[in-house]
Amino acid sequence: MQTSSLRRTLSLFILLFLTWLVWSGFYTSLLLGLGGLSCLFVVLLSRRMDIIDPEGHPNHLFFGLLTYIPWLAWETIKANIDISWRIIQPSLPIAPRVIRIKTSQKTHLGQVIYANSITLTPGTVSVEVEEGEITVHALTNEAADELLEGSMDRRVTRLEGER
Amino acid sequence: MDTFIHLASWLCLLLGCCFCMIGGVGLLRLPDFYSRIHGGGVTDTLGAGLVITGLMLQGGLTLTTAKLAMILLFLLLTSPVATHAIARAAQHSGLKPQVADAAA
Repeated sequence: MQTSSLRRTLSLFILLFLTWLVWSGFYTSLLLGLGGLSCLFVVLLSRRMDIIDPEGHPNHLFFGLLTYIPWLAWETIKANIDISWRIIQPSLPIAPRVIRIKTSQKTHLGQVIYANSITLTPGTVSVEVEEGEITVHALTNEAADELLEGSMDRRVTRLEGER
Repeated sequence: MDTFIHLASWLCLLLGCCFCMIGGVGLLRLPDFYSRIHGGGVTDTLGAGLVITGLMLQGGLTLTTAKLAMILLFLLLTSPVATHAIARAAQHSGLKPQVADAAA
């Protein structure tokens, strides 16, 4: 418990400092020192506010995200091409429907990742997120069926399970 | 190699523009509020993604490219939240989605 909290604090500091390096682009000792101090200040404040927890800084998801993000990107590209093709066809072959899907994530963080992944994929938008259930507006039957089949749900649950 | 990167970059930029336009066409053509959101989704994801990827290829291995990558990351993190907020607000104010059976 104590080590994971320490590791989370450290990784937040490293992440903040990397962000500073990318944003600033000046690598003189004065500016690097000031950057380090600001990062340290932010980390101390966050510790005091008690927001460095698995929800505020989910570093345990890092390795899971390395495989989840490419998968989601590929799904998004496929869905984009499908929806774009439907939009430019003169007959506009869409069949909007509203579906409710069960979620199997154990944490709120996992459910948020799932709901956002649904919205990010064109053709499906999460309208309402409740405990263990998401209401989704789907533009086509295919998009709805793919969600109901549940492969995205299983992937997010597996991602969240890696601690 | 240089020419190849240049071509890939322009391909990404042009394709990105196409997807942004298709998103706009979708906004106009789709029948009701909820389905129009899906049109905007195309612009948000593949449109913006391809344009920024094309710009990153133009930038090469520089700090600019790193910043563009961060812009893309934040865009992809925030746009679904905004989309969800809009859809949820519409539902809570009582707008009923048009479904396929009713439309047919």
